Amino acid sequence: MADISTQDMLPIGDWVNQIIHFMLDHNAGAFDAIGNAIDWFATMVEFLLLGIPPLLMGAIFAGVGMWRLGWKFALFVCAALGLIWATGFWGQTVATLALTLSATCVSLLLGVPVGIWCARNKLVGMLVRPILDFMQTMPAFVYLIPAAMFFGLGRVPGILATVVFAVPPAVRLTSLGIRMVNKEQVEAGHAFGCTSWQLLFKVQLPIALPSIMAGVNQTIMMALSMVIIASMVGAGGLGNDVLASIQRLDVGLGFESGLAVVLLAIILDRITESFGHTPTTRAAEQGS
Amino acid sequence: MQSAKIVVKNLYKVFGDKPADVMRMLKSGAHKDEIFKQTGSVVGVNDVSFSVQEGEIFVLMGLSGSGKSTLIRLINRLMDPTDGQIILDGQDITKLNAKQLVELRRRDMSMVFQSFALMPHRSVLDNAAFGLEIAGVERKAREARGMEVLEQVGLAAFAHKYPHELSGGMQQRVGLVRALAVNPSLMLMDEAFSALDPLKRSEMQDILLQLQREQRRTIFFVSHDLEEALRIGTRIAIMEGGRLVQVGTPQEIIENPADDYVRNFFKSVDTSRYLQAKDLIEVDNPPYSGNPGLHVPPSCSLPDVLQQLLGQSEPLQVRDDQGQCLGLITPSSVLSKISRHRLQSSATH
Repeated sequence: MADISTQDMLPIGDWVNQIIHFMLDHNAGAFDAIGNAIDWFATMVEFLLLGIPPLLMGAIFAGVGMWRLGWKFALFVCAALGLIWATGFWGQTVATLALTLSATCVSLLLGVPVGIWCARNKLVGMLVRPILDFMQTMPAFVYLIPAAMFFGLGRVPGILATVVFAVPPAVRLTSLGIRMVNKEQVEAGHAFGCTSWQLLFKVQLPIALPSIMAGVNQTIMMALSMVIIASMVGAGGLGNDVLASIQRLDVGLGFESGLAVVLLAIILDRITESFGHTPTTRAAEQGS
Repeated sequence: MQSAKIVVKNLYKVFGDKPADVMRMLKSGAHKDEIFKQTGSVVGVNDVSFSVQEGEIFVLMGLSGSGKSTLIRLINRLMDPTDGQIILDGQDITKLNAKQLVELRRRDMSMVFQSFALMPHRSVLDNAAFGLEIAGVERKAREARGMEVLEQVGLAAFAHKYPHELSGGMQQRVGLVRALAVNPSLMLMDEAFSALDPLKRSEMQDILLQLQREQRRTIFFVSHDLEEALRIGTRIAIMEGGRLVQVGTPQEIIENPADDYVRNFFKSVDTSRYLQAKDLIEVDNPPYSGNPGLHVPPSCSLPDVLQQLLGQSEPLQVRDDQGQCLGLITPSSVLSKISRHRLQSSATH
């Protein structure tokens, strides 16, 4: 295993291997607990989504599209979901949606609080920033190796590798949103006797909401792109078909499954983006 | 005799890494420019002492960078002073801990901001009731109070609109309502009307004076606009480079500007407009034995004095509250006074 890296002057690779093995040997129980919790959550989400009949699911998406973006988008949603259904990728698409939503939930649960912490504490912000850079630019495949070693093959390592990839925008945009709140608005909060928590929940978070929603949107899009790659460790969903098409050099299958990913991405993107522009938050964007 | 609401004693604010070193240098007489060169620290407020009386509108004036915005933020401790005392109602608030400070801000003071600083996600009514909500007043009571104050400034019809749907002047009225709703004994106003156009500005000044007539509060008002200061100020303090240059009533400052910095503020202002009867009294007061039919109070404004004086052959008597004659006003005393003011303001141009 260490054949190549023993030639190196600086065997970072060896160290990383040793650390991972040490963690495997000594913290297996903790990884099992985390793995089980995530597996349970992801199974629940998938079970619920697969339990919804295709027509009802289509109606729900079209309804939300109608409410947020109007009838043109609702029509597009109907056509897109119809196409996915007709090409026979419905089940895989719903599985991918479930994976994406599970990974997004975990990412936001971690990312938003960390983002708040970064905005409120300069030191934490300084320490977290390079970690985020690392998480985002390290080739996504690389996460799959330790994830599979810790959690075996299947949904759990897929979701966790996805979380690593999808957390940074949630952290960054939450932190940015809070730091961009007008100085006098924060002063107003203090001047009227806000405690630290009141300032956060009654002033900073509501005013930062458009930015946080942009973070949610980015997180979902990153998660969707990563859950496809995560099929390499057996995460399932549309990624399986994409992977199969590569292995079999089947362009047609690749195109069909890829198209389903694209359509799902467009629907999720437009809908989540629209939540960043409610009438009251628009004023905040204008900087009033 | 009025009692002091705020007493500020030897207050300093140093921005920089080593405020203790800077304080030592300041106390040994170093100038703030030297300190900046040597340490990179900025002395924002430099040994300032003054007091604000209960129920007055105390206007703090200065050019930008003079430290006035810092000083107002020291009073509600949005910034912590480096040294000195701020005594509010007999209590030194520089000693308060975080919890006591929150209590103080909820109970005794509120603030109006230059950029309005309304919460865009809250309706006008929810903005008005913000301070009460923070203090834990239940919804019904705080909304009732919010509506009451909105009505006072003529905004009741807009209670359910959002701030961005309102004009700048109306937004600042909401800012004023938010500050009044908590019924503070001290209101801090930081360039509160400076972002408004001149017409809206004088309208807001009228609203403030009207509210002050209905219920007297102590107001600490920061401004860079002399006309505003002369119009609303009970007393005016002038700040330059972190120091207070002069404190006095508008008339005192017009009559005896402490230095060129103060005089420069009057450049574009026709100060004769702010003259009062007591300023117009004949200087070489000849004993007058006659019995002039007309008399005016010392605070009578120039236009009113002129009106009284017109078509009058006798001099005008200035009488205080006790009926004591303070002196006489004649056409020539008025003219000489006005011309002196005009010359003064044109000389500085």
